[in-house]
Amino acid sequence: MSVIDQKISPPLIDPNINMGDVTFDISRPTEKKPSKLWLALFILSVGAAGIGALTVYKLLEIGTGITGWNHPVMWAFFITNMVFWIGIGHAGTLISAILFLLRQRWRTSINRSAEAMTIFAVICAVLFPVLHIGRPWLGFWLFPYPNERLLWVNFRSPLVWDVFAFSTYFTISLFFWFQGLIPDFATLRDQAKTAIRKKIYGILSLGWTGSVRDWNHYEKAYLLFAGLATPLVLSVHSVVSFDFSVSLLPGWHSTIFPPYFVAGAIFSGFAMVMTLVIPMRKYFKLEEYITLNHLELMNKIILVTSMMVGYSYLFEFFIAWYSENPFERFTYWNRATGHYAPFFWLMFLCNVVVPQLFWFKKFRRHIPLMFVVSLLVNVGMWLERFVIIVTSLHRDFTPTAWGTFKPTVWDYSITLGSFGLFFTLFLLFAKFFPTVSLAEIKGVLVNPAGKKKGEEAHG
Amino acid sequence: MAKFTLPLWVGIFDDPDSLLEGAGQAKEKGFEDLDAFTPYPVHGLEKALGLKRSWVPYVTLICGLSGATLGYLFMLWTSAIDWPLNIGGKPFHSWPAFVPITFEMGILLGGVSTFIALLVATNLPRFKPFVIDPQLTNNRFALVIPEKQDKVRDDIERFLKGAGAVEIKKITG
Repeated sequence: MSVIDQKISPPLIDPNINMGDVTFDISRPTEKKPSKLWLALFILSVGAAGIGALTVYKLLEIGTGITGWNHPVMWAFFITNMVFWIGIGHAGTLISAILFLLRQRWRTSINRSAEAMTIFAVICAVLFPVLHIGRPWLGFWLFPYPNERLLWVNFRSPLVWDVFAFSTYFTISLFFWFQGLIPDFATLRDQAKTAIRKKIYGILSLGWTGSVRDWNHYEKAYLLFAGLATPLVLSVHSVVSFDFSVSLLPGWHSTIFPPYFVAGAIFSGFAMVMTLVIPMRKYFKLEEYITLNHLELMNKIILVTSMMVGYSYLFEFFIAWYSENPFERFTYWNRATGHYAPFFWLMFLCNVVVPQLFWFKKFRRHIPLMFVVSLLVNVGMWLERFVIIVTSLHRDFTPTAWGTFKPTVWDYSITLGSFGLFFTLFLLFAKFFPTVSLAEIKGVLVNPAGKKKGEEAHG
Repeated sequence: MAKFTLPLWVGIFDDPDSLLEGAGQAKEKGFEDLDAFTPYPVHGLEKALGLKRSWVPYVTLICGLSGATLGYLFMLWTSAIDWPLNIGGKPFHSWPAFVPITFEMGILLGGVSTFIALLVATNLPRFKPFVIDPQLTNNRFALVIPEKQDKVRDDIERFLKGAGAVEIKKITG
């Protein structure tokens, strides 16, 4: 970091930390035996994932009838979970790609774990539509491939757009994440004390050596990935929102949906980053790398996106009134006062009211409070998708077709299972992978060589 | 990584600024086939060593555009030519509905090709990586000068010492 940079903005990391400290502190958790706490959390997560697996078994054995969805609410917990998880993923790409293009260098402390979160969240998200189709073993029919039925998929359907958006999103996020990991795996390989660790990290590092000729291509490729991922992340949640807005159902058929969904996705994703990072930095002693300043910046983004989401909520009501369309008006009136009204108001409280606390610096820097807020936002954003999907479906145009949705135990268990799968993967990542990007953190150090004053070579 | 001809002189530096300066001096002197090893991308080093811009972006551009084009043509062919189906009265060639997948295919091919191009450009994966010093991925920097130089007859060891290397090694095999 040059002198000029330091004058403009204070150092991101404590100036007393040098490159060797970074390597030591961040690779330490991967070198130690897992602690009891980690094992306990891991067993808990695997147990939850196991409940999910049992649900999948039941779904395959009996059929989708075991869930609570029925006419007219055919999209319920499953699609709610799908939208919830894919939304979670978006914060990871925002942090890794958009903040990279905007030269927000504070992202270096959190981008690795946020990207990991993206990948695991997309895995959870993809599970739901595949199970929802009822015959998951025919899931490959969603892809256009030459087949004996001579049919192609319907490319005019947003559900087919989803197939392409999700698979592209997963592939690109995985490559982007892996590219960032290559130099760090090389560091772990070179620091490894046992032959087996050296072997495993050596394979994962692909034999990276850190030659400037390689860095030259590497940096360009990284920039390109950021450039590709930025429009991609905006497109993915737009496509998810098209699932709803391209239909003709009041409550879904709305042009505000793409930006509204993207803002909501970033909002929920940042909340999930907070939920994961706050315990992780404490447990793995990364407080010097993921500092209170980083958390405060993330809280600011949560506040901004909360306002965007709140604006969308209110504007939907305004447009429903302004449109003078009786069906639109009824849908929104019903959303706020009908059968599912408590969920709507709980959502409003969690997503719009509670984050307003972050207007105050004291609250933005209060760790237990922000952890609670992040949990509430997660709940609120899950409810948002539930409210959009279920309240719009359960009262449509003709009262004879009305109904209500009541989840069964299997709806809950598959949801729990997806959380179990997500946390299992994240715990494995936190244990075995460098959770903070070593190479990027070294690039933002004030005094990388850790030399004493007077000894410093040319500032 | 350059294709090295042994023996090599390696100067180890302990901070990025002296490496940058040393690299600049080496280039000025006229040493050829230089390389440097750093734990993180040191900005300006590629310029100091006179490296060319990476060619990876051209691959991304060409593959991205072909991905989008092929994606669109495929949708056009399946929906309007191979088996035109009337779905909701929409035109067979309903181009606005083809936009999302065209875009996704462009990104997909662009991204995958970028990664493959990176592997080709950096000659990865390498099964026997050329690790000069394990600290080069931790907190040390290295400037590598092959001993066989056509233009300069200077003593490389003395040059590296003068440039501020904290450790000098000769790699012969």
